[in-house]
Amino acid sequence: MLSYVSFAATDPIKQFELSEIVPLEVGGLNLAFTNSSLFMALGAALVCGFLALASSKSEMVPGRTQSLAEMTYQFIAGMIRDTIGEDGLRFFPLVFSLFAFILMANMLGMFPYFFTTTSHIIVNFALAGLVISIVILYGFWRNGFKFLKIFAPSGVPAALLPLVAVIEVFSFVSRPISLSVRLFANMLAGHIMLKVFAGFIVMLAGAGGALALLSPLPLILTVAVVALEFLVAFLQAYVFAILTCVYLNDALHPGH
Amino acid sequence: MGDDLKKRIEAARSAYAKPNEDALSTAPSKGMGLGFRMATEFVSAVVVGGAVGWGLDQWLGTTPWLLLLCFCFGFAAGVSNVVRVAQAAQNLPGDTSDTDEGE
Repeated sequence: MLSYVSFAATDPIKQFELSEIVPLEVGGLNLAFTNSSLFMALGAALVCGFLALASSKSEMVPGRTQSLAEMTYQFIAGMIRDTIGEDGLRFFPLVFSLFAFILMANMLGMFPYFFTTTSHIIVNFALAGLVISIVILYGFWRNGFKFLKIFAPSGVPAALLPLVAVIEVFSFVSRPISLSVRLFANMLAGHIMLKVFAGFIVMLAGAGGALALLSPLPLILTVAVVALEFLVAFLQAYVFAILTCVYLNDALHPGH
Repeated sequence: MGDDLKKRIEAARSAYAKPNEDALSTAPSKGMGLGFRMATEFVSAVVVGGAVGWGLDQWLGTTPWLLLLCFCFGFAAGVSNVVRVAQAAQNLPGDTSDTDEGE
C-alpha cells in the first residue's frame, strides 16, 4: 500500500502535463498561456538577458560572461563554416537562436519541478517546420527550379531517375519529422528514466527492512543519469543545430 | 585591421574548436546517439511514406494500393537516410582521427 502511494506520487508521466496558467480562448481556439509557454518565454528571456548582459560591457579583454557568449558565438559560427561554408553565415541568426533556445529549454528542464518544453513533440515540430520552410522558400528564391536538383543526385542513370527522385522526396519530407522526433524522444525518455529511478529510491526506502538498505543504489544511478542527461541536453541542441546547417546547405548549394 | 582580426579569430577558433570536437566524438553516448539518429531517420521516412500513402488512398479511394506503394518508397527513403548518416559518420571522424578508426 505504501509503495503504491509513493508510486502514485512519483508518476513519471505527470511532469509532462500541461496546465493552463492564463486561460484564453479566441474563436474556438485554445490559446491559453500554459506552463509550457511560461518556460519557453523564460528560456527566450534568459538567452536574451544573458547575451544582453554579456555584450553590455564589450571589453577588449572579455570577462567571464562575455567570453562565454563569445565562445558560443564562435562555436556556432565554426559549425556553420564547417558545414555550409562562409556564405552560410547569413543564416547565423537562425542557427544561433535555435541552438540557444533549445539548449536553454533542455537545461531549464534539468531543474527539478521545471517543465521541459522540448519534451513535447509539437514544440520541436514547429521548430523543425520553421527550418524546413526556410530551406524550401530560400532554396527556391535563390536557385529557382535548380533547387529541385536536391531530389536528383548526380550519377544516377536516367532510367532510374524518376524512382530515385520520388524516394528523395520522401527522404526530404521525413527530415522535419526525424529532426523533431529525435529531440522529443531523447528528452522524454531521459526525463522518464530519471523520474523512474528517483521513484525507486522512495519506493525502496518506503518498503522498509532490508529493502530500505538498497535505496542508495538507485540514488547513485540517478546521480549518474543526471550527468548523462546534461550531456544529452547539450548534445541534442548541438545535433539540432548541426542538422539545421546540413539542411540549409541544400538550400544554398542544391547540386551536391 | 579587419583582416588581421579575422585571422586571429580563425586561429583562436581552430585552437579550441578541436578539443571541443574531440570531447564530442569520445563522449560515451556517441554510439548511442548515432544509433538513435539512424533509428529516427529510418522510422520517420517509413512513417512519412505510410502517412502519405494512407492520405492519398483516402482522398482517391484507391485503398490499399497507394499505401503499399508509398510505404515501399518510404522504406527505400529510410534506407537511403541511414546510408547517408553512416557515410557522414564515417567521414567526419576520419578527417580528424584516422588512426583510431579501426577500433
